Amino acid sequence: MENHSHNDHGHEHHGNFWTNYIFSEDHKVIAKQFLITGMAWALIGGTFSVLFRLQLGFPDANLSWLKPLLGGWITAEGKIDPEFYLALVTMHGTIMVFFVLTAGLSGTFSNFLIPLQIGARDMASGFMNMLSYWFFFLSSCIMFSSLFISTGPAGGGWTIYPPLSALPQAISGSGLGMTMWLIAMAFFIISSLLGGINYITTVINLRTVGMSFTKLPLTIWAFLITAVVGLLSFPVLFAAVLLLIFDRSFGTSFYLSDIYIGGEALPNQGGSPVLFQHLFWFLGHPEVYIVMLPTLGITSEIISTNSRKPIFGYRAMVGSLLAIAILSFVVWAHHMFVTGMNPFLGSIFMLLTLIIALPSAVKIFNYVTTMWRGNIRFTPAMLFSIGLVSFFFTGGITGIFLGNSSVDIQLHDTYFVVAHFHLVMGSASFFGMLAGVYHWFPKMFGRMMNEKLGYVHFWITFIGVYMVFFPMHYIGIAGFPRRYYSWTNFETFSGFTDLNMVVSISAIVTLLTQFIFLFNFIYSIFRGRLAPANPWGSNTLEWTTPRYPGHGNWPGEIPTVYRWPYDYSKPGAKEDFIPQYVPFSETPESNLPQENELIKLEGVENTIHVEEKKHH
Amino acid sequence: MENTADLRIVEEPKRPLAMNPKKFGMWLLLVTVMMMFMSVTSAYIVRQAEGNWLYFELPVSFYISSVIIVVSSIFMQMAYGSAKQNELGKVKKLISFTAILGLAFLVVQFIGWRQLVQANVYLVGNPSGSFLYIITGLHALHLLSAIIFLLIMLAAAFKDKISSGNMTKMEMCTTYWHFLGGLWLYLFVFLLLYR
Repeated sequence: MENHSHNDHGHEHHGNFWTNYIFSEDHKVIAKQFLITGMAWALIGGTFSVLFRLQLGFPDANLSWLKPLLGGWITAEGKIDPEFYLALVTMHGTIMVFFVLTAGLSGTFSNFLIPLQIGARDMASGFMNMLSYWFFFLSSCIMFSSLFISTGPAGGGWTIYPPLSALPQAISGSGLGMTMWLIAMAFFIISSLLGGINYITTVINLRTVGMSFTKLPLTIWAFLITAVVGLLSFPVLFAAVLLLIFDRSFGTSFYLSDIYIGGEALPNQGGSPVLFQHLFWFLGHPEVYIVMLPTLGITSEIISTNSRKPIFGYRAMVGSLLAIAILSFVVWAHHMFVTGMNPFLGSIFMLLTLIIALPSAVKIFNYVTTMWRGNIRFTPAMLFSIGLVSFFFTGGITGIFLGNSSVDIQLHDTYFVVAHFHLVMGSASFFGMLAGVYHWFPKMFGRMMNEKLGYVHFWITFIGVYMVFFPMHYIGIAGFPRRYYSWTNFETFSGFTDLNMVVSISAIVTLLTQFIFLFNFIYSIFRGRLAPANPWGSNTLEWTTPRYPGHGNWPGEIPTVYRWPYDYSKPGAKEDFIPQYVPFSETPESNLPQENELIKLEGVENTIHVEEKKHH
Repeated sequence: MENTADLRIVEEPKRPLAMNPKKFGMWLLLVTVMMMFMSVTSAYIVRQAEGNWLYFELPVSFYISSVIIVVSSIFMQMAYGSAKQNELGKVKKLISFTAILGLAFLVVQFIGWRQLVQANVYLVGNPSGSFLYIITGLHALHLLSAIIFLLIMLAAAFKDKISSGNMTKMEMCTTYWHFLGGLWLYLFVFLLLYR
């Protein structure tokens, strides 16, 4: 309990430059550290995608002008080295899934919003929180330096299936680069677990007075459930990686059996590569929800605020989050339909997979019905949230195709899969993250972002993303396998050269558009219009803090919560929003009968008391 | 509205249910450790079902170490009890006993590995042996961290920092120790049942 009393004192802490901005224990600073590191990674990951799109869209182009950047990875003929191409694909996946959309997303918004929205001074353990960032930083450094070694970074795909990843002699991308990948991921897992433990502990134990679970903003519900999913799945990846490290470096045979390399038999006997896939996808599938759920929470909040309407079906929103989280643990084998698994087992996993469509549909329905007849304000954050709903829908539909074990035989490992997950999880989640940045930027930096640039950013990115991924469905159905360096040798595929070119050009334009955002972001930090206290007319507690909240968030007492966070446009109310800290006794004009009951409970112990309040 | 005191009826919201955040975090940490061992043991089951599995007897030392870890847990619980009674002298003694038994457990586990080697079961070879070394090794590493925790508590006892009013860390240490003891018993029974 001593921690509680410490937190309640929570005066502003003053320190020097190092303790304030670098080794800070303040959740807001740590959140910004995660955000900026994540943005740096997003830029690297995005650049990689454009590099391999150049190869795929323009297979005959001379790329020797990239020599200053890539050096020896451009061959004498001006082509991207095929092994480096594999490394690019691998690192693009790894960076985007883990470093940007897991650490960059949860690290930023869980850290920033949990204490501010539940009314806490800081995370349960500021030190562990700081440690979480620095483990992530260490992991980032290792992963980043693997880009510069002579054998190149890991090249076995972000899923690092053995035996390819387990045998350093297999390809150059399985050498030192893979070792560094594994070490970096081990630190990454530690970072995620430290963060996750903190998020859960904080949400459950440090809520302010009155903040019951039914009054939690949906963002916090989403962050909580995400953290629980991470806590249960990341240790499994850790175990899988550990066994892989032993196979690679200590000669065990967990995943290796009957392998011949260069005509020579390896001594490893008795391993099972499919075992790795089971372990990996037991993390891997929940991982896509670790990427997705926080943005679904962010979107709920932004759509409700900017539609000036209560979120439609609060309980259904929480229930569907929970259902998605639980189902995410029992569908992993749908990634493995073609590994020769028992078809009956495949049918079970197919059924469970298709059930996920139900809670997902509930979410989309609720987003649309929240916007229905609302006074929608099209702020950049709102546009990006609507974009998320669009991607979640179009990408989710193709999930129903892929979840069918028989259809999957045709579509497995084609560009159809690439199109599916880039829309439903990649782009949707990315849009949620951008929406979050636009929406909470005023709280993070005390200034507003430029809206016009935000609109330009949104429309080009939105159209660009569809131009990139929609054609991929056709390419995939035509049978293009993913991860291939080149298709010029296959006559069948020559009819799709133009489409691939369109995809590549769109990808380049979309990446360039992100620099508009980057400029807007950096410019607004220093020169943006100063933010009003509550720029979006929002109900949640973070807007009750000062423009530049210190360590401890509220200079005075933490506000008390009386109502749920979605009292927008309540009939009879003076304004179109009633913040969470306003008691029902102050809003008799808009109270519902059952809410008046809450005030009338006079005399019942612990529910009501007569308070003498002094106004100054 | 200057300095006017008005009397209002205000609904008083309830303080949400909360637990000590440090202890709560500790439990979450235990969940992650458990998930890791669950995944290794389920990998064990999946792999075993595929055949080509080397059968061998568990070394005798694993039986002995199981007894040692149970006894150490009893000492740990007694140390916790004495701390609650503010009997610091006893606490120091009992924590030391627990730590020594923890070290003895590690030594006996190591002897177990040597017995395995004598029985021609190696880390490198059939996965059944590899799994055994990995599982016991991972557990030993965790136990080592618990011994370090014990030593920290011992130092705290010498600085008079443990008392009935300051039990959070002592409780966490006790929980961790019991958890690792229970974890070993689970692993031991698991290995006995699925060889």
